[in-house]
Amino acid sequence: MAAHLSYGRVNLNVLREAVRRELREFLDKCAGSKAIVWDEYLTGPFGLIAQYSLLKEHEVEKMFTLKGSRLPAADVKNVIFFVRPRLELMDIIAENVLSEDRRGPARDFHILFVPRRSLLCEQRLKDLGVLGSFIHREEYSLDLIPFDGDLLSMESECAFKECYLEGDQTSLYHAAKGLMTLQALYGTIPQIFGKGECARQVANMMIRMKREFTGSQNSIFPVFDNLLLLDRNVDLLTPLATQLTYEGLIDEIYGIQNSYVKLPPEKFAPKKQGDGGKDLPTEAKKLQLNSAEELYAEIRDKNFNAVGSVLSKKAKIISAAFEERHNAKTVGEIKQFVSQLPHMQAARGSLANHTSIAELIKDVTTSEDFFDKLTVEQEFMSGIDTDKVNNYIEDCIAQKHSLIKVLRLVCLQSVCNSGLKQKVLDYYKREILQTYGYEHILTLHNLEKAGLLKPQTGGRNNYPTIRKTLRLWMDDVNEQNPTDISYVYSGYAPLSVRLAQLLSRPGWRSIEEVLRILPGPHFEERQPLPTGLQKKRQPGENRVTLVFFLGGVTFAEIAALRFLSQLEDGGTEYVIATTKLMNGTSWIEALMEKPF
Amino acid sequence: MAAAAASPRDPHGRKRKCRPGACSGWVSPRRFPAAVCTSMDCYTANWNPLGDSAFYRKYELYSMDWDLKEELRDCLVAAAPYGGPIALLRNPWRKEKAASVRPVLDIYSASGMPLASLLWKSGPVVSLGWSAEEELLCVQEDGAVLVYGLHGDFRRHFSMGNEVLQNRVLDARIFHTEFGSGVAILTGAHRFTLSANVGDLKLRRMPEVPGLQSAPSCWTVLCQDRVAHILLAVGPDLYLLDHAACSAVTPPGLAPGVSSFLQMAVSFTYRHLALFTDTGYIWMGTASLKEKLCEFNCNIRAAPKQMVWCSRPRSKERAVVVAWERRLMVVGDAPESIQFVLDEDSYLVPELDGVRIFSRSTHEFLHEVPAASEEIFKIASMAPGALLLEAQKEYEAASFGKCFLDRFPPDSFVRMCQDLRVLNAIRDYHIGIPLTYSQYKQLTIQVLLDRLVLRRLYPLAIQICEYLRLPEVQGVSRILAHWACYKVQQKDVSDEDVARAINQKLGDTPGVSYSDIAARAYGCGRTELAIKLLEYEPRSGEQVPLLLKMKRSKLALSKAIESGDTDLVFTVLLHLKNELNRGDFFMTLRNQPMALSLYRQFCKHQELETLKDLYNQDDNHQELGSFHIRASYAAEERIEGRVAALQTAADAFYKAKNEFAAKATEDQMRLLRLQRRLEDELGGQFLDLSLHDTVTTLILGGHNKRAEQLARDFRIPDKRLWWLKLTALADLEDWEELEKFSKSKKSPIGYLPFVEICIKQHNKYEAKKYASRVSPEQKVKALLLVGDVAQAADVAIEHRNEAELSLVLSHCTGATDGATADKIQRARAQAQKK
Repeated sequence: MAAHLSYGRVNLNVLREAVRRELREFLDKCAGSKAIVWDEYLTGPFGLIAQYSLLKEHEVEKMFTLKGSRLPAADVKNVIFFVRPRLELMDIIAENVLSEDRRGPARDFHILFVPRRSLLCEQRLKDLGVLGSFIHREEYSLDLIPFDGDLLSMESECAFKECYLEGDQTSLYHAAKGLMTLQALYGTIPQIFGKGECARQVANMMIRMKREFTGSQNSIFPVFDNLLLLDRNVDLLTPLATQLTYEGLIDEIYGIQNSYVKLPPEKFAPKKQGDGGKDLPTEAKKLQLNSAEELYAEIRDKNFNAVGSVLSKKAKIISAAFEERHNAKTVGEIKQFVSQLPHMQAARGSLANHTSIAELIKDVTTSEDFFDKLTVEQEFMSGIDTDKVNNYIEDCIAQKHSLIKVLRLVCLQSVCNSGLKQKVLDYYKREILQTYGYEHILTLHNLEKAGLLKPQTGGRNNYPTIRKTLRLWMDDVNEQNPTDISYVYSGYAPLSVRLAQLLSRPGWRSIEEVLRILPGPHFEERQPLPTGLQKKRQPGENRVTLVFFLGGVTFAEIAALRFLSQLEDGGTEYVIATTKLMNGTSWIEALMEKPF
Repeated sequence: MAAAAASPRDPHGRKRKCRPGACSGWVSPRRFPAAVCTSMDCYTANWNPLGDSAFYRKYELYSMDWDLKEELRDCLVAAAPYGGPIALLRNPWRKEKAASVRPVLDIYSASGMPLASLLWKSGPVVSLGWSAEEELLCVQEDGAVLVYGLHGDFRRHFSMGNEVLQNRVLDARIFHTEFGSGVAILTGAHRFTLSANVGDLKLRRMPEVPGLQSAPSCWTVLCQDRVAHILLAVGPDLYLLDHAACSAVTPPGLAPGVSSFLQMAVSFTYRHLALFTDTGYIWMGTASLKEKLCEFNCNIRAAPKQMVWCSRPRSKERAVVVAWERRLMVVGDAPESIQFVLDEDSYLVPELDGVRIFSRSTHEFLHEVPAASEEIFKIASMAPGALLLEAQKEYEAASFGKCFLDRFPPDSFVRMCQDLRVLNAIRDYHIGIPLTYSQYKQLTIQVLLDRLVLRRLYPLAIQICEYLRLPEVQGVSRILAHWACYKVQQKDVSDEDVARAINQKLGDTPGVSYSDIAARAYGCGRTELAIKLLEYEPRSGEQVPLLLKMKRSKLALSKAIESGDTDLVFTVLLHLKNELNRGDFFMTLRNQPMALSLYRQFCKHQELETLKDLYNQDDNHQELGSFHIRASYAAEERIEGRVAALQTAADAFYKAKNEFAAKATEDQMRLLRLQRRLEDELGGQFLDLSLHDTVTTLILGGHNKRAEQLARDFRIPDKRLWWLKLTALADLEDWEELEKFSKSKKSPIGYLPFVEICIKQHNKYEAKKYASRVSPEQKVKALLLVGDVAQAADVAIEHRNEAELSLVLSHCTGATDGATADKIQRARAQAQKK
């Protein structure tokens, strides 16, 4: 079911199995038939852990969405609430429980807090007089969810906002807990590196938690050699730029949610002759995107400009394979051909889907506006005209292009100029308020608090120094056969990934100066291992580094890290973890505030 | 599997001389092969056969260390099973108040090592007994039961009922069931009261025995089907009392002529019952009184001092040990009995698999020789009895023998050796717990460890844990934690020293809960010590709740913050909020930025007004400004209210020196008033539109003048205004007005947007009008938009611009633009020549 999780250097299926076991154990505690009442936000992430069939095997007969007033009738013995520990949800649960029909058959209530039990919430339930109604109140520590063979995410939407705007470290605590779970399964990670304030805190919590857990001496041979904790605010630039990998573009244009994407159905209509296309499907086409699909695994991380040639090559191979049937003469040959059919048909289906998606994307990327936007982005990132009001942005505002697009560009300019001149900043802000409405002043405040938008202080622009030292802009980029991570943005090498790359070789000591310019402390911690567990590396054996992006990561950054993993003389393979898979749009969206 | 205890060595390691008792009908063990017998007879010399199938032997456990001055018969005696402690109450019947003759309560280990000694200052004691937790229960004449620990520490007391106060307690029994330990008393009114579990005291007064005028000659507690009954003998009659009724019972096959029962005994497991009659006749049967097992006539009519069962689990043999002043007799289903002479006043302690017999000088064990021991002579026998009987030699034999058994799994051999070492260690004279293998298995290692802990034998307990490789959490850690809990009760040691001593010993031992120890310290009233101990607790989840309980909320807060567990911080915060007055609470928050941010988050969702107060306290005008903006949208309906809220926001922004936000807010107030006026005057929806949209709406409604005015008032930049008008007029498809507008002055945005927007509205005709005015660098694009490919080609060729040429070429479609395409190719070719 989740074989793709075990292809990588680290078998993440182990983690998935562990969380599935925990879920089954909980379900079995509530003997008899069950109904689950879902905090809607959880259904997506849970889908990656357990399908309905698993729940059904454990007598889950009904599923509802958590909402106010009375629970729907269901002839079950147990009603289990799967919720995040949030006060507003407790109020709804209490309402559900209090309005339970006493005349009906008595049902047992249980709560499963995801990912952590909360005293605060239990106090609230107590205050509302329903705490005693719950037989089991437990936690399900689903912190890091395996998305792919090398990718884990907490899918915590507000993590960035909470950490950097509101001073709420809850998600950092969960991150540290998740890392502890990971270490329990994959061994203690001997070295921890980090950059940024939040990274420091997570490392501190981990060290502290390790002391708490001394009871269970970890005797697992370490799978990870290093952990690199990176604050998102060390690299605010990368997510703002438009991702140019295949997967990145799908996400930019259609948005990938919990590894699923919804696409306009027209392109996927089954082609029938004489139909005239009058029965076009109206429901969005939903596709799961992960490396379980061979073709997708091959093209997801390529620059979009390199995808077309792969697709056409594949098309030729597949049609050639189908042509083989004419050469099959003997019964044996036909039999062999038939045995390959299912695989070939799957490959053909996959090819058809991705050809359609590529066409959809191409429509966007070949548009003039996309080109103009990209030109402006690239100008900013390569340091051209970042200090004055940009015509294109002005025009976008005047034509009321989407506010998020405008904000992304303005923020990008601000970041690439280490802040905007007060006059330029005020001009943009005024234009935005006048055009999109005064209420967005709250959003602007948020962006300023997050450091995405700011006046230049001290009149010094550090970005060129950073760009040159870290070689963030590469003029000679090869999109077809890349030689550097800059291919993922067709020229711009993501800062965050550059930091990871330089850490592994030659080490951060070479870039001390730039590290000091970037916000937050950088540090290194060692977690001593018992001698029996110390690794003796075979010559040529790669190290495994877990890179944890606190505050979110984009698909382009993931692609860049995968590129580094695959480099023949790279020496390091990467596994990626994050609080949230995101892109510039979803990121800015989470920071927006709409008072009405 | 059953086995006897280890070899009869005394604690000092000297081999004791075997002391065969005086036996009637002593025969040499004839069933053993002669050859082996010669080498083993040393061990079988004290084997006494009972009937054809069983042997009994008695050997010495200890020579008692106590230096008893009194005879045992002058004391109240209680010895706990499973090799437990012995309690002696001397002078129990003296009523004088003089200190020298006051009763003294002494507690000894099974080897006679003194554990405690105290002067008895309470009332007269009727009976003593040990609970399963090795607590000493002292039943007083007035019905009070005083509970003491192993070390003579008073634990608690309870009463067996008010009724007893007048009638006094005549006799009492402490008994053990699967639920715990119970107490049964017989009152002066010849009534029985019983509690089946002293841990969960529920008194049950038993029904009256009809016509009972005097105390029964003997009685005992039976336990059947999880219910405790009382069996008593009155003259020739037996009565069974349960909680509902009293019924007369008759043992099947009882010999005639009985006029009185002198003694009765129930087996360790409550399965069997023995009755001793005044005719010197012993009836043995099931405790249910449904079946007779056997009978024996010993021809001694004197009432025995004690009678106890002596059998081992899963053995078919049944035997009873009867003791008089100087005589000990083992009787069973055999015509003969085994008899021993008692040199001294002795006391019998029934055990699971035998009987312990102690006197002033010795402590012995009498038991049936297990069948397995009889098999020890088989080659390489792994029978545990073999191992236990002669541990040393048999160990060698076994470890030698197992080499010949290639498929013999070594586990059970290793486990047996480990168990033997443990048994030897605890039997040591200084420890004094003489357990047999079966007892040990029945008791379990966990309970044994508890008992060692109870005796404060922490180092030994730890050694055993380490030796048996018990998981730390069940083993070493638990014991260290017990030790620490004992340590915190030592009130004469300073907090500082106790905390240090505990930390030194425990360090970071896994599984030790410092908070449990701290809770114990707090329970003893040592709050400061508890706080010191909590410093060592790494788990904040444990630390914080206890600190809160001890009312150290501020310390709890900093601990919670340290942990990073926000839920914990919230919990402390809400606690503090209730505990402190608002001012103090806010001050506390002020010193804890992380807590403050969290509390702000909480307030944002739960208590908006408090949020405002927090910002006010911190002079955070920027956030106050945002707060009032939100309020202007959320809380206020009326326009005046909204404007007022915005005014407050603007004032806050000024204070925050955020000129831009203040100005923008003032602009918004102006716009709101204006929109209200527009709605009043023109109708329609204006409120909450952006300035841009307000102007657009005005243009769309044909109010161009007002639109112009508004744009001027709010200083909309020219470029954007042109875009705005262009878009609005195109939306209206007011081509005439658009053209007029385009000519009003030179367009700051050029004319390509005009072309684009006309095309977007599908009006090529209008588009063409503007195409000519487009600046040269955008001309090709414009011409292509209006579909004039040929002219676009001309311009591109004129510009000699390769990019433009390609662009045009890409627009050339098949037949119609064939000529144009050729032209471009020619131009390209020419350009290349040059």
